[in-house]
Amino acid sequence: MSVDTTPKQSWWNRIAHPGQFVAWTAPLLWPLTILTALFFVLGLWFAFFNSPEDYQMGDTVRIMYVHVPNAWLSQFVYGVMTVSALGTLVWRHPMADVSMKAAAPLGALFTALALFTGALWGRPTWGTFWEWDGRMTSTLVLLFIYLGIVALWRAFDDQLRAARVIAVFTLVGAVNIPIIKFSVDWWSTLHQPASVFRADGPTMPGSILTPLFVMFFAFTFLFITLQLKAMHTEVRRRRVMTLQRKAAQGGAA
Amino acid sequence: MTNRQVFAPLSLVATGLVCGRGGMALTRALDFSVTSGQCLLLRGPNGTGKTTLLLTLAGIVAPLEGTQALEGTDAEAGPQFHYCGHRNAIKPRLTVAENLGFWAAVNGATGLPIAAALEQVGLDRLGDLDAGYLSAGQSRRLALARLLVSLRPLWLLDEPTAALDSEGQDLVTRLIDAHLDMGGLAIAATHDPITLPDPSRMETMVLGARNSGGPP
Amino acid sequence: MIAFRAMVARELRLALRGGGDVLTLVLFFVIVGAIVPFAVGPDRALLARIAPGMVWIAAFLAMLLGLDRLFRPDHEDGSLILLRQADLPLSAVVAAKLIAHWLVAALPLIVASPFLAMLLAMDEPTFWRMLVSLLVGTPALAAFGAVGAAVTVAIRRGGLIAPILIAPLSIPVLIFGTGSITASQSGAAMLFLAALSLMAVALAPFAAALAISSAED
Repeated sequence: MSVDTTPKQSWWNRIAHPGQFVAWTAPLLWPLTILTALFFVLGLWFAFFNSPEDYQMGDTVRIMYVHVPNAWLSQFVYGVMTVSALGTLVWRHPMADVSMKAAAPLGALFTALALFTGALWGRPTWGTFWEWDGRMTSTLVLLFIYLGIVALWRAFDDQLRAARVIAVFTLVGAVNIPIIKFSVDWWSTLHQPASVFRADGPTMPGSILTPLFVMFFAFTFLFITLQLKAMHTEVRRRRVMTLQRKAAQGGAA
Repeated sequence: MTNRQVFAPLSLVATGLVCGRGGMALTRALDFSVTSGQCLLLRGPNGTGKTTLLLTLAGIVAPLEGTQALEGTDAEAGPQFHYCGHRNAIKPRLTVAENLGFWAAVNGATGLPIAAALEQVGLDRLGDLDAGYLSAGQSRRLALARLLVSLRPLWLLDEPTAALDSEGQDLVTRLIDAHLDMGGLAIAATHDPITLPDPSRMETMVLGARNSGGPP
Repeated sequence: MIAFRAMVARELRLALRGGGDVLTLVLFFVIVGAIVPFAVGPDRALLARIAPGMVWIAAFLAMLLGLDRLFRPDHEDGSLILLRQADLPLSAVVAAKLIAHWLVAALPLIVASPFLAMLLAMDEPTFWRMLVSLLVGTPALAAFGAVGAAVTVAIRRGGLIAPILIAPLSIPVLIFGTGSITASQSGAAMLFLAALSLMAVALAPFAAALAISSAED
């Protein structure tokens, strides 16, 4: 699909130009930040003051309000990366690889937070920081995939060529992640660890659902805000590199 | 260019020097000498051992036969020559100035300061640029700048004008001339003409089976 | 001294600015350790027993990974020839590269080792012994690695041969390294490990310099 060259340009093609994208989305940053902050304040208030403690785990169950949204985000961000990868390979949208590159470290961050909060939660529950159960193990593998992609971006000198290659790898990862989850679940039942931990906890009464949903929104908006900011930064970084290249050419042979 | 002699009078003397690689001789037995203020040009078709001769003089490759010595130097002093080969030894991701600064620190900062050296080779405005962005000609100039920041009497140059335009070739000629003014010596293998203002300083040695000329 | 410091500084700059090598090495280290449970099962008792050995194997493999960067880039762009004419003797050049290599390859591993210890169900006293043994033993790995890298620098596919050369030399390091973690005889093993590291770090620069100069002739 080539860039629409008719005089009337759709918004899709207008934001294909990096400069336009930054200009068009810059006004969104402050509202998004404020919205994120509001959601967090609301969600944390609910989490700490307006929800019951768990009959088994006591107050530590409140970590769930941070852990579960992070776990959800770790998968959601990979979804964003996959869609961006398709954008790079299939539709050749220029902002797609910027989006893909920006999402990778964020995905790694949220996955790491999910593991960290999971370990904190597990300590009083299991007695250790780490238990090789199916869900945590899958999340760990996902973290390795994210970090590998981050390392891949940094290993390339030419970022534009890197984008297509990394898009291919992202798609391969997307296909593999369900397979990995399935095999890890099978593996964990094979060895039957003595763990009663389930990430979604025991039955959830409504008073738990409200703060959970609010925190879901809070973290999702946090991701969107950070992703947008990271995309702006990447666009500016590429401009700096182009300017440096021009400076070299201008500096006489 | 002042005529102050920075370097002590030296001469490079080669006797019966046979250069080769992997046991195979690439040159005939060479006898020549170069003294302070002189430049020896090596001419000859490709494959006649010009690069190998320069590497042998630089001590990188051992000669098959014969000896070579730089007479007049203090045995205790460090390396007395600069070798400038085909490859420029420039690190991308370090800036131009950082590349040059490293060589100044490691070879001894006895020559021009970094900024002055960059100005001499025409790269003064690119000091903070990532060296990976340089063109082939600019990289070659940066490699030449390395010869300016540390003073060493003997210059061994392998195709110094490679990738340079005519302005760059003039630069090489100027740099060699200034170096000879200071009492240095130079041996350069080159296809392009390097004509010094004072032709009496130049000698030519042609390598290759057909021509059996030595220095006049 | 200026030249030596400039050499170390350049090596550190190149390693930290280019290509995310540090992240890659640490990631490799953690992944090698983390895949062990997939292969042998997550039984905590079993993991705790083999953890010291697995950490050392992971450290050994990760340091092998970083070795190709030690001399090959300088060899390929002609810097190595120029470094032989520097005011610094070639053995000092190698020593500077060795120090930088340890800082960039081994130190991050040591910092990441607590994470690996947690994954492999290591208990606390064992963890501290592991930390000390890595600190004391990784210089030896770096030193033997440098010799292997120097010997294979001129070989086109040398990057694959170097690990084969380095592995036998590193066996004592692995033996004393894991020995100094597991309880009995750990003090004696730690001393042997320290002696090995000191000897290797002292001799490797000369051996590597000799290998490099011989490679060109």
